[in-house]
Amino acid sequence: MTSRSGLWLHVDWRRFLVSWFALPAAALAALLIGAGMLLVLGANPLTGYRALLEGAFGSFDSLVNTAIKAVPLVLVGVGICIAFRANVLNIGGEGQLVIGGLASTATALALPDVPRPLLVPLVLLAGAVGGAIWGAIPGSLKAYFNVNEILSTIMLNIVAVQIMNYLLSGPLVDKSFSGFSLIPQTKRLSPNTDLPVLVGGTHLHAGVIVAVLAAVAAYVLLWRTGFGFRLRAVGLSREASGYAGMPVKRTITLALTLSGAMAGLAGAVLVFGSASHRMVTDGTATGFTGSAGFNGIVAALFGGLNPLWTMVSGFVFAGLLVGGNAMQIAVQVPTALIVALNGLLVVFVVSIEYVRRRSRLHQESPREAAGAGSEAERVGAGPSPSTERIEE
Amino acid sequence: MRQFFTLAVLTATVASGIRLATPFLLASLGETIGQRSGVLNLGVDGIMLLGAFGAYYTALHAQNLWLAVLLGALVGALMGLITAVVSVTMKAEQGISGIGVFLFGLGLSDLLFQKFVGTPLPIDTLPTARVPLLASIPTIGKMLFQANLMVYVAFLLVPAVAFVLNRTTYGTNIKAVGENPAAADSVGVNVARVRYSTIIIGSSLAGLAGATLAIQLGIFQQNLTQGQGFIAVALVYFGAWRPSGVMAGSLLYGMVAAIVLTWKTLGIIPQSASDLAAMAPAVLTVVALVVVARRFRQPAALAKPYERGG
Repeated sequence: MTSRSGLWLHVDWRRFLVSWFALPAAALAALLIGAGMLLVLGANPLTGYRALLEGAFGSFDSLVNTAIKAVPLVLVGVGICIAFRANVLNIGGEGQLVIGGLASTATALALPDVPRPLLVPLVLLAGAVGGAIWGAIPGSLKAYFNVNEILSTIMLNIVAVQIMNYLLSGPLVDKSFSGFSLIPQTKRLSPNTDLPVLVGGTHLHAGVIVAVLAAVAAYVLLWRTGFGFRLRAVGLSREASGYAGMPVKRTITLALTLSGAMAGLAGAVLVFGSASHRMVTDGTATGFTGSAGFNGIVAALFGGLNPLWTMVSGFVFAGLLVGGNAMQIAVQVPTALIVALNGLLVVFVVSIEYVRRRSRLHQESPREAAGAGSEAERVGAGPSPSTERIEE
Repeated sequence: MRQFFTLAVLTATVASGIRLATPFLLASLGETIGQRSGVLNLGVDGIMLLGAFGAYYTALHAQNLWLAVLLGALVGALMGLITAVVSVTMKAEQGISGIGVFLFGLGLSDLLFQKFVGTPLPIDTLPTARVPLLASIPTIGKMLFQANLMVYVAFLLVPAVAFVLNRTTYGTNIKAVGENPAAADSVGVNVARVRYSTIIIGSSLAGLAGATLAIQLGIFQQNLTQGQGFIAVALVYFGAWRPSGVMAGSLLYGMVAAIVLTWKTLGIIPQSASDLAAMAPAVLTVVALVVVARRFRQPAALAKPYERGG
């Protein structure tokens, strides 16, 4: 803490370096470890990574695929931004995606003949409502009963999967299908629910616009409205916000509800933007979500919990997932490598967070730093301080 | 329903419930030790997957189940070391870093399996070990004392962990570090060292849980655990941070799974309804979380990294 005296310049530099290069450094570290793993598996890392890049961003078609893949990641990620900013750790993206998908699917099955301009928004809304309910449950349990939201969201993921398996192999099952092995899936949903295609000859659907709008809306909500201010204040310190007269419990509940709504919307987009235009699973959450509920967390963390940057990082991570297939073909390394690297990235990003926090405390006054030290450690430890560079 | 309430079926169901509870029990006992020291390890599922693959691969090639179990635990210990560096030294937000560890384990176990095994070849399953004398008691013997050795290991660990936590200096240190690390530090307890040790022990048990799962099933596949590690974490809350409570929770999950399986086999409930029945423990766990949150207090320093003078 000697930094006050004459080392301002030095500290600023350090802070600058840490805040701007921490995330790229984390990415680089993960890529290097990935290269090491490729080498161990007997593949040329350069060939592998080039195939990955080309597969993700190398042509118009691959860009379209990446954009489509990015939609659920961005939507979930935007929801994660909202929840994490309130210091509510929503690990329930998978379940909220599933319930959103189910709610929108059920709506589509119930109202197949509503005109398309009405039905498309309606089913998307149904998805958002489904996800919102699945977020409101752990949200209110946390706010009013002090139930750890990490656990309740995880348990609700499991419940959601069982509900999905029940509905897709029972009440919502495709009855026209008469094979030996009954696939848990619905029939092809009404064409009136198909998301409009933006570019003829491709699958690029309006979900992309939905994701962009959601990201912008979340940004405005978080930084341009009183609610957003209260939400972030609650995220920084529940106690202080309470003393300031803010409705802490309601804010926590709403944060998880909104977060769930975003994931539910993503679930609806997964159904109505899919090539088969039906909801289908393999009996696991991943079978429907493609792990978007977890990958969305990665995208949001890497986007510094800012919805706009999450849009960018969601696109990049979608590229990794899409390019992973090309890499698999080029160097015969399964795409599971990408999942492992995503995990490493999360670990690196949250580890680096500590270094960043320390460098920030260094330039505050000792008293402030001591106070913030304990408080930030407890309350804002993970999410909140990570986007300094974007906010300023 | 009447086929279910025969002595033979009931006995077999209880025995299978105990067997299915074993991986939950091992993993959640490990998590209990870590949480009592103030560390939330949310990566259990990923660690279980890696432990399961390690054990499966060893069993496939070395044909030695005990070596396989040992390797599962070692893989767990290694992952525990990584988790400890991230949560203790780097003071990361544990609720998120655990998801990272989970994704890493999920991806890496799948990658290794696809690359080095490919097709799911079966391995030997653990043989039944009859407890002398006790196994010959009618009914009870068949329910409780004709299981595989890992079942006994897991259930004997319950009093062992309780003893360590409540009757040893090490246990006192664990609890002190989990309740008030600053106070523990001031009387000379090395907070970081205690937490490193609990995470590594806990993760070894998670690895062991994965190994047990793979060897009980005799198979490995992508995402073998299907979220069992996450349930194990929830069971620690369910059991209010006590080994006996954790055991009760594990048995609940094991028994419900066994009953659903039996009912499905007997045709008492159709496939679709079994999905709903399988939901029961998860719903019950959420309810239990509410009750526990009102009645019990979690370790005061849980998921809070410790920093001197902080």
